[in-house]
Amino acid sequence: MTEHSDLEVVAVVGTGLAGLSSARALRELGHNGRIVLIGDEKHDPYDRPPLSKAFLAGEWDPEKISLGLPTDAGLDLDWRLGQRAVGLRPGEAGGWVVVLDGGDEVRADGVVIATGARARKLPSERPLSGVHTLRTLDDALALKAELSPGARLVIVGGGFIGAEIASTAVSLEVDVTVVEVAPALLAGPLGAEVGAAMAALHESNGVKVHTGVGVSALAPDPEEPDWVGAVVLADGREIPADVVVVGIGSEPNTEWLEGTGLLGPQGSLSGGVLTEEDGRTALSGVVATGDCTALHHPFAGRVMRQEHWTHAAQHPAQAVAALLGVPAPPVAPAMRVPYVWSEQYGQNFQFAGHHQPGDETEVVDGDLAGPAFTVIYRRNGQPVGVFGVGQPKVFGRWRRELAKLLP
Amino acid sequence: MIRVCAVGEIPEGEAVRVEHGPDGVPVAVFHVRGEYYAIDDTCTHQDASLTDGYVEADDCAVECPLHAACFSLRTGEPSGPPARVPVRTHAVVIENGHVYVQLQPAAVPVG
Repeated sequence: MTEHSDLEVVAVVGTGLAGLSSARALRELGHNGRIVLIGDEKHDPYDRPPLSKAFLAGEWDPEKISLGLPTDAGLDLDWRLGQRAVGLRPGEAGGWVVVLDGGDEVRADGVVIATGARARKLPSERPLSGVHTLRTLDDALALKAELSPGARLVIVGGGFIGAEIASTAVSLEVDVTVVEVAPALLAGPLGAEVGAAMAALHESNGVKVHTGVGVSALAPDPEEPDWVGAVVLADGREIPADVVVVGIGSEPNTEWLEGTGLLGPQGSLSGGVLTEEDGRTALSGVVATGDCTALHHPFAGRVMRQEHWTHAAQHPAQAVAALLGVPAPPVAPAMRVPYVWSEQYGQNFQFAGHHQPGDETEVVDGDLAGPAFTVIYRRNGQPVGVFGVGQPKVFGRWRRELAKLLP
Repeated sequence: MIRVCAVGEIPEGEAVRVEHGPDGVPVAVFHVRGEYYAIDDTCTHQDASLTDGYVEADDCAVECPLHAACFSLRTGEPSGPPARVPVRTHAVVIENGHVYVQLQPAAVPVG
Protein backbone atom coordinates (compact mmCIF):
# COMPACT_ATOMS: atom_id res chain seq x y z
CA MET A 1 0.00 0.00 0.00
CA THR A 2 1.26 3.40 -0.96
CA GLU A 3 2.07 5.65 1.98
CA HIS A 4 -0.34 8.45 2.68
CA SER A 5 2.25 11.12 2.05
CA ASP A 6 3.09 9.72 -1.39
CA LEU A 7 -0.31 10.54 -2.81
CA GLU A 8 -0.21 13.97 -4.34
CA VAL A 9 -2.84 13.49 -7.00
CA VAL A 10 -5.87 11.21 -6.65
CA ALA A 11 -8.12 10.61 -9.64
CA VAL A 12 -11.70 9.67 -8.83
CA VAL A 13 -13.29 8.14 -11.92
CA GLY A 14 -17.06 8.45 -11.78
CA THR A 15 -19.18 11.39 -10.62
CA GLY A 16 -22.22 9.58 -9.26
CA LEU A 17 -22.94 9.12 -5.58
CA ALA A 18 -19.91 6.84 -5.08
CA GLY A 19 -17.55 9.23 -6.89
CA LEU A 20 -18.71 12.33 -5.07
CA SER A 21 -18.69 10.46 -1.73
CA SER A 22 -15.12 9.36 -2.48
CA ALA A 23 -14.00 12.94 -3.13
CA ARG A 24 -15.60 14.12 0.10
CA ALA A 25 -14.05 11.23 2.02
CA LEU A 26 -10.59 12.02 0.62
CA ARG A 27 -10.74 15.47 2.18
CA GLU A 28 -12.33 14.25 5.41
CA LEU A 29 -9.58 11.66 5.81
CA GLY A 30 -6.83 14.19 5.34
CA HIS A 31 -5.82 14.14 1.68
CA ASN A 32 -4.47 17.61 0.96
CA GLY A 33 -3.30 17.04 -2.59
CA ARG A 34 -5.12 17.45 -5.85
CA ILE A 35 -8.36 15.54 -6.55
CA VAL A 36 -9.39 15.10 -10.18
CA LEU A 37 -13.01 14.02 -10.55
CA ILE A 38 -13.74 12.47 -13.94
CA GLY A 39 -17.25 11.62 -15.19
CA ASP A 40 -18.79 10.89 -18.55
CA GLU A 41 -22.04 12.71 -17.74
CA LYS A 42 -22.11 16.46 -18.21
CA HIS A 43 -24.37 17.00 -15.18
CA ASP A 44 -23.17 17.78 -11.69
CA PRO A 45 -23.63 14.77 -9.38
CA TYR A 46 -27.26 13.92 -8.79
CA ASP A 47 -29.27 11.32 -6.91
CA ARG A 48 -30.59 8.48 -9.06
CA PRO A 49 -33.40 6.90 -6.99
CA PRO A 50 -35.89 9.73 -7.67
CA LEU A 51 -35.39 9.34 -11.44
CA SER A 52 -38.02 6.59 -11.58
CA LYS A 53 -40.24 8.20 -8.95
CA ALA A 54 -40.73 11.86 -7.97
CA PHE A 55 -38.52 13.17 -10.79
CA LEU A 56 -40.23 11.07 -13.47
CA ALA A 57 -43.60 12.14 -12.05
CA GLY A 58 -42.59 15.78 -12.52
CA GLU A 59 -42.86 16.51 -8.79
CA TRP A 60 -39.13 17.12 -8.36
CA ASP A 61 -36.84 19.17 -10.59
CA PRO A 62 -33.10 18.71 -11.24
CA GLU A 63 -32.21 21.05 -8.38
CA LYS A 64 -34.11 18.84 -5.93
CA ILE A 65 -32.10 15.76 -6.94
CA SER A 66 -28.72 17.47 -6.88
CA LEU A 67 -26.23 15.82 -4.51
CA GLY A 68 -24.23 19.04 -4.16
CA LEU A 69 -23.71 20.74 -0.82
CA PRO A 70 -22.60 24.30 -0.13
CA THR A 71 -19.52 22.86 1.57
CA ASP A 72 -18.43 21.09 -1.65
CA ALA A 73 -16.90 24.34 -2.94
CA GLY A 74 -14.34 24.06 -0.14
CA LEU A 75 -13.24 20.61 -1.35
CA ASP A 76 -11.24 22.22 -4.17
CA LEU A 77 -12.00 19.55 -6.75
CA ASP A 78 -10.67 19.51 -10.29
CA TRP A 79 -13.79 18.56 -12.27
CA ARG A 80 -13.67 16.79 -15.63
CA LEU A 81 -17.36 16.45 -16.43
CA GLY A 82 -18.47 15.08 -19.79
CA GLN A 83 -15.21 13.17 -20.20
CA ARG A 84 -15.21 9.41 -20.25
CA ALA A 85 -12.26 7.39 -18.95
CA VAL A 86 -11.26 4.90 -21.64
CA GLY A 87 -8.09 3.43 -20.19
CA LEU A 88 -5.85 2.99 -17.16
CA ARG A 89 -2.15 2.24 -17.33
CA PRO A 90 0.88 2.46 -15.05
CA GLY A 91 2.66 5.81 -15.18
CA GLU A 92 6.20 5.91 -16.57
CA ALA A 93 7.46 7.37 -13.30
CA GLY A 94 5.16 5.35 -11.02
CA GLY A 95 1.55 5.92 -10.17
CA TRP A 96 -1.20 5.69 -12.76
CA VAL A 97 -2.43 7.36 -15.90
CA VAL A 98 -6.15 7.64 -16.62
CA VAL A 99 -6.78 8.06 -20.35
CA LEU A 100 -9.82 10.14 -21.34
CA ASP A 101 -11.86 9.79 -24.52
CA GLY A 102 -10.70 13.15 -25.88
CA GLY A 103 -7.10 11.96 -25.66
CA ASP A 104 -6.27 13.83 -22.46
CA GLU A 105 -4.37 11.92 -19.83
CA VAL A 106 -4.61 12.42 -16.08
CA ARG A 107 -1.59 11.31 -14.09
CA ALA A 108 -2.43 10.24 -10.56
CA ASP A 109 -0.71 8.64 -7.59
CA GLY A 110 -3.93 6.99 -6.50
CA VAL A 111 -7.09 6.03 -8.37
CA VAL A 112 -10.61 5.49 -7.10
CA ILE A 113 -12.71 3.53 -9.59
CA ALA A 114 -16.36 4.52 -9.19
CA THR A 115 -17.68 4.24 -12.74
CA GLY A 116 -20.91 2.59 -11.69
CA ALA A 117 -23.12 0.68 -14.04
CA ARG A 118 -25.36 1.22 -17.03
CA ALA A 119 -28.76 -0.15 -17.92
CA ARG A 120 -28.70 -3.46 -19.77
CA LYS A 121 -30.40 -3.30 -23.15
CA LEU A 122 -32.23 -5.84 -25.24
CA PRO A 123 -30.22 -7.02 -28.21
CA SER A 124 -31.72 -5.41 -31.28
CA GLU A 125 -30.90 -5.20 -34.94
CA ARG A 126 -31.71 -1.53 -35.16
CA PRO A 127 -32.68 1.02 -32.54
CA LEU A 128 -36.31 2.15 -32.52
CA SER A 129 -37.59 5.46 -31.21
CA GLY A 130 -39.80 5.11 -28.17
CA VAL A 131 -37.60 2.43 -26.60
CA HIS A 132 -35.95 3.53 -23.36
CA THR A 133 -33.82 2.44 -20.48
CA LEU A 134 -33.68 4.45 -17.25
CA ARG A 135 -30.43 5.08 -15.50
CA THR A 136 -29.46 8.71 -16.04
CA LEU A 137 -31.01 12.13 -15.75
CA ASP A 138 -31.11 12.40 -19.54
CA ASP A 139 -32.82 8.97 -19.73
CA ALA A 140 -35.48 10.19 -17.30
CA LEU A 141 -36.09 13.41 -19.25
CA ALA A 142 -36.42 11.48 -22.52
CA LEU A 143 -38.85 8.96 -21.01
CA LYS A 144 -40.87 11.60 -19.21
CA ALA A 145 -41.43 13.47 -22.48
CA GLU A 146 -43.25 10.43 -23.89
CA LEU A 147 -45.38 9.50 -20.87
CA SER A 148 -48.46 11.43 -21.91
CA PRO A 149 -51.92 10.48 -20.62
CA GLY A 150 -53.35 7.57 -22.56
CA ALA A 151 -49.99 6.48 -23.99
CA ARG A 152 -49.51 2.71 -24.03
CA LEU A 153 -46.37 1.87 -22.06
CA VAL A 154 -44.93 -1.63 -21.98
CA ILE A 155 -42.27 -2.27 -19.34
CA VAL A 156 -39.96 -5.18 -20.08
CA GLY A 157 -38.73 -6.52 -16.74
CA GLY A 158 -40.66 -6.60 -13.47
CA GLY A 159 -37.83 -5.75 -11.09
CA PHE A 160 -37.67 -2.74 -8.79
CA ILE A 161 -37.02 -0.22 -11.56
CA GLY A 162 -39.81 -1.56 -13.74
CA ALA A 163 -42.23 -1.64 -10.82
CA GLU A 164 -41.40 1.95 -9.86
CA ILE A 165 -41.83 3.18 -13.42
CA ALA A 166 -45.17 1.36 -13.59
CA SER A 167 -46.35 3.08 -10.41
CA THR A 168 -45.22 6.51 -11.60
CA ALA A 169 -46.70 6.02 -15.07
CA VAL A 170 -50.06 5.03 -13.60
CA SER A 171 -50.08 8.33 -11.69
CA LEU A 172 -49.55 10.08 -15.05
CA GLU A 173 -52.61 8.27 -16.47
CA VAL A 174 -50.51 6.14 -18.78
CA ASP A 175 -51.80 2.71 -19.83
CA VAL A 176 -49.22 0.31 -18.35
CA THR A 177 -48.31 -3.31 -19.06
CA VAL A 178 -45.44 -5.13 -17.33
CA VAL A 179 -43.82 -8.22 -18.89
CA GLU A 180 -41.60 -10.40 -16.69
CA VAL A 181 -39.95 -13.62 -17.79
CA ALA A 182 -39.80 -15.02 -14.24
CA PRO A 183 -42.91 -16.68 -12.77
CA ALA A 184 -43.53 -13.68 -10.46
CA LEU A 185 -42.61 -10.01 -10.24
CA LEU A 186 -39.51 -9.35 -8.13
CA ALA A 187 -39.20 -13.11 -7.69
CA GLY A 188 -35.40 -12.89 -7.56
CA PRO A 189 -35.03 -10.35 -4.78
CA LEU A 190 -38.26 -11.10 -2.86
CA GLY A 191 -39.37 -14.66 -3.67
CA ALA A 192 -42.44 -15.90 -5.53
CA GLU A 193 -44.84 -15.51 -2.58
CA VAL A 194 -44.12 -11.83 -2.01
CA GLY A 195 -43.78 -11.33 -5.77
CA ALA A 196 -47.35 -12.54 -6.23
CA ALA A 197 -48.51 -9.99 -3.66
CA MET A 198 -46.62 -7.30 -5.57
CA ALA A 199 -48.28 -8.32 -8.84
CA ALA A 200 -51.67 -8.10 -7.13
CA LEU A 201 -50.80 -4.58 -5.96
CA HIS A 202 -49.96 -3.54 -9.54
CA GLU A 203 -53.12 -5.11 -10.90
CA SER A 204 -55.28 -3.41 -8.30
CA ASN A 205 -53.82 -0.13 -9.59
CA GLY A 206 -54.79 -0.92 -13.16
CA VAL A 207 -51.50 -2.34 -14.45
CA LYS A 208 -51.63 -5.38 -16.72
CA VAL A 209 -49.04 -7.94 -15.61
CA HIS A 210 -47.72 -10.82 -17.74
CA THR A 211 -45.35 -13.13 -15.89
CA GLY A 212 -43.57 -16.29 -16.97
CA VAL A 213 -43.18 -15.07 -20.53
CA GLY A 214 -40.18 -13.54 -22.25
CA VAL A 215 -39.93 -10.95 -24.99
CA SER A 216 -38.84 -12.14 -28.42
CA ALA A 217 -38.78 -8.83 -30.28
CA LEU A 218 -39.71 -5.18 -30.35
CA ALA A 219 -41.71 -4.59 -33.52
CA PRO A 220 -41.81 -1.29 -35.40
CA ASP A 221 -45.01 0.64 -35.90
CA PRO A 222 -46.20 -0.19 -39.45
CA GLU A 223 -47.20 3.46 -39.96
CA GLU A 224 -43.95 4.88 -38.60
CA PRO A 225 -41.23 2.27 -39.07
CA ASP A 226 -38.65 4.17 -36.99
CA TRP A 227 -40.90 3.97 -33.94
CA VAL A 228 -41.74 1.02 -31.76
CA GLY A 229 -45.27 -0.27 -32.27
CA ALA A 230 -45.51 -3.47 -30.27
CA VAL A 231 -43.72 -5.83 -27.92
CA VAL A 232 -43.73 -9.40 -29.26
CA LEU A 233 -43.82 -12.04 -26.52
CA ALA A 234 -42.12 -15.41 -26.74
CA ASP A 235 -45.52 -17.11 -26.99
CA GLY A 236 -46.37 -15.04 -30.07
CA ARG A 237 -48.69 -12.51 -28.46
CA GLU A 238 -48.18 -8.89 -29.48
CA ILE A 239 -48.76 -6.07 -27.01
CA PRO A 240 -49.31 -2.72 -28.72
CA ALA A 241 -46.91 -0.08 -27.40
CA ASP A 242 -46.28 3.62 -27.93
CA VAL A 243 -43.45 3.60 -25.42
CA VAL A 244 -41.27 0.73 -24.15
CA VAL A 245 -38.98 0.76 -21.13
CA VAL A 246 -36.46 -2.03 -20.78
CA GLY A 247 -35.61 -2.67 -17.12
CA ILE A 248 -33.62 -5.88 -17.14
CA GLY A 249 -30.76 -5.07 -14.83
CA SER A 250 -27.42 -3.36 -15.18
CA GLU A 251 -23.90 -3.96 -16.44
CA PRO A 252 -20.87 -2.50 -14.68
CA ASN A 253 -18.83 0.12 -16.54
CA THR A 254 -15.59 -1.81 -16.48
CA GLU A 255 -14.57 -2.20 -20.13
CA TRP A 256 -12.05 0.63 -19.78
CA LEU A 257 -10.18 -1.50 -17.24
CA GLU A 258 -9.59 -4.52 -19.51
CA GLY A 259 -5.94 -5.50 -19.63
CA THR A 260 -4.99 -3.60 -16.49
CA GLY A 261 -4.58 -6.67 -14.30
CA LEU A 262 -7.74 -5.88 -12.36
CA LEU A 263 -9.81 -8.98 -11.74
CA GLY A 264 -13.51 -9.75 -11.84
CA PRO A 265 -15.46 -12.60 -10.30
CA GLN A 266 -14.87 -15.81 -12.30
CA GLY A 267 -12.13 -13.94 -14.09
CA SER A 268 -14.35 -11.54 -16.02
CA LEU A 269 -14.69 -7.81 -15.41
CA SER A 270 -18.20 -8.07 -16.83
CA GLY A 271 -19.20 -9.13 -13.31
CA GLY A 272 -17.62 -6.04 -11.76
CA VAL A 273 -14.21 -5.18 -10.34
CA LEU A 274 -13.35 -7.68 -7.63
CA THR A 275 -12.39 -5.95 -4.37
CA GLU A 276 -11.66 -6.71 -0.78
CA GLU A 277 -14.32 -5.56 1.67
CA ASP A 278 -12.43 -2.28 2.05
CA GLY A 279 -12.30 -1.62 -1.70
CA ARG A 280 -8.69 -2.68 -2.34
CA THR A 281 -8.15 -4.22 -5.76
CA ALA A 282 -5.46 -6.40 -7.31
CA LEU A 283 -3.51 -3.22 -8.15
CA SER A 284 -1.55 -1.15 -5.66
CA GLY A 285 -2.79 2.42 -5.43
CA VAL A 286 -6.11 1.56 -7.06
CA VAL A 287 -9.34 1.07 -5.09
CA ALA A 288 -12.87 0.58 -6.38
CA THR A 289 -16.25 1.33 -4.88
CA GLY A 290 -19.94 1.54 -5.69
CA ASP A 291 -22.00 -0.22 -8.34
CA CYS A 292 -19.04 -1.24 -10.52
CA THR A 293 -17.56 -3.50 -7.85
CA ALA A 294 -18.08 -7.09 -6.76
CA LEU A 295 -17.31 -8.03 -3.19
CA HIS A 296 -18.25 -10.44 -0.47
CA HIS A 297 -21.90 -10.17 0.55
CA PRO A 298 -22.28 -11.04 4.24
CA PHE A 299 -25.72 -12.65 3.90
CA ALA A 300 -25.31 -14.22 0.47
CA GLY A 301 -22.04 -15.75 1.64
CA ARG A 302 -20.42 -15.15 -1.73
CA VAL A 303 -18.94 -12.47 -3.94
CA MET A 304 -21.49 -10.43 -5.83
CA ARG A 305 -22.19 -6.94 -7.06
CA GLN A 306 -23.87 -4.79 -4.44
CA GLU A 307 -25.90 -2.25 -6.33
CA HIS A 308 -27.27 -0.40 -3.38
CA TRP A 309 -27.58 3.30 -2.84
CA THR A 310 -26.41 2.90 0.75
CA HIS A 311 -23.35 0.99 -0.44
CA ALA A 312 -22.46 3.79 -2.87
CA ALA A 313 -22.93 6.33 -0.08
CA GLN A 314 -21.01 4.55 2.67
CA HIS A 315 -18.41 2.29 1.11
CA PRO A 316 -16.36 5.08 -0.53
CA ALA A 317 -15.04 6.20 2.87
CA GLN A 318 -13.79 2.65 3.47
CA ALA A 319 -12.13 2.49 0.05
CA VAL A 320 -10.56 5.91 0.39
CA ALA A 321 -9.21 5.05 3.84
CA ALA A 322 -7.61 1.93 2.34
CA LEU A 323 -6.10 4.01 -0.46
CA LEU A 324 -4.69 6.59 1.93
CA GLY A 325 -3.55 3.97 4.42
CA VAL A 326 -5.47 5.53 7.30
CA PRO A 327 -8.00 3.91 9.65
CA ALA A 328 -11.45 3.65 8.15
CA PRO A 329 -14.24 5.58 9.81
CA PRO A 330 -16.56 3.31 11.81
CA VAL A 331 -19.75 2.08 10.16
CA ALA A 332 -22.84 1.53 12.30
CA PRO A 333 -23.65 -2.20 12.29
CA ALA A 334 -27.10 -1.66 10.76
CA MET A 335 -25.47 0.20 7.88
CA ARG A 336 -23.48 -2.90 7.04
CA VAL A 337 -26.63 -4.82 6.16
CA PRO A 338 -27.20 -4.29 2.42
CA TYR A 339 -30.30 -2.13 2.13
CA VAL A 340 -32.58 -0.98 -0.68
CA TRP A 341 -35.81 0.96 -0.73
CA SER A 342 -38.53 1.60 -3.22
CA GLU A 343 -41.76 3.53 -3.44
CA GLN A 344 -44.77 2.32 -5.34
CA TYR A 345 -48.37 3.53 -5.28
CA GLY A 346 -47.67 5.76 -2.31
CA GLN A 347 -46.25 2.91 -0.21
CA ASN A 348 -42.71 2.56 1.01
CA PHE A 349 -40.91 -0.71 0.32
CA GLN A 350 -37.76 -1.60 2.20
CA PHE A 351 -35.48 -4.58 1.83
CA ALA A 352 -32.33 -5.50 3.75
CA GLY A 353 -30.08 -8.53 3.67
CA HIS A 354 -30.38 -11.17 0.99
CA HIS A 355 -32.91 -13.55 -0.51
CA GLN A 356 -32.35 -16.58 -2.70
CA PRO A 357 -34.64 -19.34 -3.95
CA GLY A 358 -35.33 -21.86 -1.22
CA ASP A 359 -35.36 -19.37 1.64
CA GLU A 360 -38.38 -19.67 3.93
CA THR A 361 -40.76 -16.71 3.96
CA GLU A 362 -42.40 -15.76 7.25
CA VAL A 363 -44.87 -12.90 7.60
CA VAL A 364 -43.97 -11.34 10.96
CA ASP A 365 -46.36 -8.39 10.86
CA GLY A 366 -49.42 -7.44 8.83
CA ASP A 367 -50.81 -9.34 5.89
CA LEU A 368 -49.40 -10.02 2.42
CA ALA A 369 -52.73 -8.83 1.02
CA GLY A 370 -51.78 -5.41 2.33
CA PRO A 371 -51.74 -2.61 2.88
CA ALA A 372 -48.74 -3.09 5.20
CA PHE A 373 -46.63 -6.09 6.12
CA THR A 374 -43.15 -7.23 7.04
CA VAL A 375 -41.64 -10.50 5.87
CA ILE A 376 -38.54 -12.29 7.15
CA TYR A 377 -36.50 -14.64 4.98
CA ARG A 378 -34.82 -17.55 6.74
CA ARG A 379 -32.11 -19.91 5.56
CA ASN A 380 -31.37 -22.94 7.75
CA GLY A 381 -33.50 -21.29 10.40
CA GLN A 382 -31.42 -18.10 10.47
CA PRO A 383 -32.87 -14.76 9.33
CA VAL A 384 -31.00 -13.54 6.23
CA GLY A 385 -33.33 -10.87 4.88
CA VAL A 386 -36.28 -8.63 5.70
CA PHE A 387 -38.79 -6.96 3.40
CA GLY A 388 -41.35 -4.45 4.62
CA VAL A 389 -44.15 -2.47 3.04
CA GLY A 390 -45.33 0.58 4.94
CA GLN A 391 -43.85 -0.57 8.27
CA PRO A 392 -40.61 1.36 8.68
CA LYS A 393 -40.40 0.82 12.41
CA VAL A 394 -40.87 -2.96 12.29
CA PHE A 395 -38.47 -3.09 9.36
CA GLY A 396 -35.89 -1.00 11.20
CA ARG A 397 -36.00 -3.36 14.16
CA TRP A 398 -35.44 -6.41 11.96
CA ARG A 399 -32.66 -4.69 10.08
CA ARG A 400 -30.89 -4.29 13.42
CA GLU A 401 -31.56 -7.94 14.22
CA LEU A 402 -29.81 -8.84 10.98
CA ALA A 403 -26.91 -6.57 11.89
CA LYS A 404 -26.38 -8.60 15.08
CA LEU A 405 -25.77 -11.68 12.93
CA LEU A 406 -22.91 -10.06 11.02
CA PRO A 407 -19.47 -11.45 11.73
CA MET B 1 -45.15 25.96 24.97
CA ILE B 2 -46.85 22.71 24.04
CA ARG B 3 -47.25 19.81 26.42
CA VAL B 4 -45.95 16.56 24.95
CA CYS B 5 -46.53 13.98 27.68
CA ALA B 6 -45.62 13.08 31.23
CA VAL B 7 -42.01 12.29 31.99
CA GLY B 8 -41.61 8.53 31.61
CA GLU B 9 -44.20 8.14 28.89
CA ILE B 10 -41.53 8.01 26.18
CA PRO B 11 -39.49 4.83 26.63
CA GLU B 12 -35.73 5.10 26.38
CA GLY B 13 -34.64 5.20 22.71
CA GLU B 14 -38.14 6.01 21.48
CA ALA B 15 -39.96 9.09 20.28
CA VAL B 16 -43.44 10.55 20.15
CA ARG B 17 -44.87 12.76 17.47
CA VAL B 18 -46.60 16.01 18.30
CA GLU B 19 -48.93 16.51 15.35
CA HIS B 20 -49.18 20.25 15.85
CA GLY B 21 -45.95 21.67 17.17
CA PRO B 22 -45.55 25.21 18.42
CA ASP B 23 -45.90 26.65 14.89
CA GLY B 24 -48.25 23.97 13.58
CA VAL B 25 -45.52 21.80 12.12
CA PRO B 26 -45.22 18.23 13.47
CA VAL B 27 -42.42 17.79 15.99
CA ALA B 28 -40.70 14.58 17.13
CA VAL B 29 -39.63 14.36 20.77
CA PHE B 30 -36.96 11.77 21.60
CA HIS B 31 -35.84 10.25 24.87
CA VAL B 32 -32.20 9.19 24.72
CA ARG B 33 -30.19 8.21 27.80
CA GLY B 34 -32.24 10.31 30.17
CA GLU B 35 -32.27 13.41 27.96
CA TYR B 36 -35.10 14.74 25.81
CA TYR B 37 -34.63 16.22 22.35
CA ALA B 38 -37.12 17.79 19.95
CA ILE B 39 -36.70 18.20 16.20
CA ASP B 40 -39.03 18.74 13.28
CA ASP B 41 -40.67 15.39 12.57
CA THR B 42 -40.55 15.51 8.77
CA CYS B 43 -37.31 14.50 7.05
CA THR B 44 -35.95 17.35 4.92
CA HIS B 45 -35.31 14.98 2.03
CA GLN B 46 -38.70 13.42 1.55
CA ASP B 47 -41.96 13.08 3.39
CA ALA B 48 -41.03 10.66 6.15
CA SER B 49 -41.76 10.82 9.87
CA LEU B 50 -38.56 10.83 11.93
CA THR B 51 -40.59 9.56 14.88
CA ASP B 52 -40.59 6.24 13.00
CA GLY B 53 -36.82 6.38 12.63
CA TYR B 54 -34.29 4.35 14.52
CA VAL B 55 -32.42 6.09 17.34
CA GLU B 56 -28.66 5.62 17.34
CA ALA B 57 -28.07 6.37 21.02
CA ASP B 58 -24.26 6.36 20.70
CA ASP B 59 -24.39 9.14 18.12
CA CYS B 60 -27.43 10.85 19.64
CA ALA B 61 -28.96 10.74 16.17
CA VAL B 62 -32.04 9.41 14.45
CA GLU B 63 -31.91 7.53 11.18
CA CYS B 64 -34.67 8.48 8.75
CA PRO B 65 -36.85 5.38 8.40
CA LEU B 66 -36.82 5.57 4.61
CA HIS B 67 -33.49 6.52 3.16
CA ALA B 68 -31.01 6.13 5.96
CA ALA B 69 -30.05 9.78 6.36
CA CYS B 70 -29.09 10.38 10.01
CA PHE B 71 -29.95 13.61 11.79
CA SER B 72 -28.24 14.78 14.97
CA LEU B 73 -30.80 15.19 17.74
CA ARG B 74 -28.65 17.95 19.22
CA THR B 75 -28.10 20.09 16.12
CA GLY B 76 -30.51 18.75 13.48
CA GLU B 77 -27.63 18.41 11.00
CA PRO B 78 -27.80 15.50 8.54
CA SER B 79 -24.85 13.12 8.52
CA GLY B 80 -24.89 12.77 4.76
CA PRO B 81 -26.99 12.21 1.65
CA PRO B 82 -29.70 12.02 0.62
CA ALA B 83 -30.65 14.74 3.11
CA ARG B 84 -28.93 18.04 2.52
CA VAL B 85 -30.83 20.39 4.80
CA PRO B 86 -30.87 20.20 8.61
CA VAL B 87 -34.12 19.75 10.52
CA ARG B 88 -34.98 22.44 13.04
CA THR B 89 -34.31 21.68 16.68
CA HIS B 90 -36.57 22.87 19.45
CA ALA B 91 -36.14 23.46 23.14
CA VAL B 92 -37.52 20.85 25.50
CA VAL B 93 -38.64 21.98 28.92
CA ILE B 94 -39.32 19.60 31.82
CA GLU B 95 -41.69 21.10 34.36
CA ASN B 96 -43.64 19.47 37.19
CA GLY B 97 -43.11 16.03 35.72
CA HIS B 98 -44.24 16.96 32.24
CA VAL B 99 -42.36 17.32 28.96
CA TYR B 100 -42.99 20.50 26.97
CA VAL B 101 -41.61 21.67 23.64
CA GLN B 102 -40.97 25.28 22.77
CA LEU B 103 -40.44 26.88 19.37
CA GLN B 104 -36.91 27.92 19.95
CA PRO B 105 -33.61 26.42 18.83
CA ALA B 106 -32.44 23.91 21.42
CA ALA B 107 -29.04 25.58 21.65
CA VAL B 108 -30.63 28.74 23.06
CA PRO B 109 -30.95 28.53 26.84
CA VAL B 110 -34.55 28.53 27.93
CA GLY B 111 -35.46 30.93 30.67
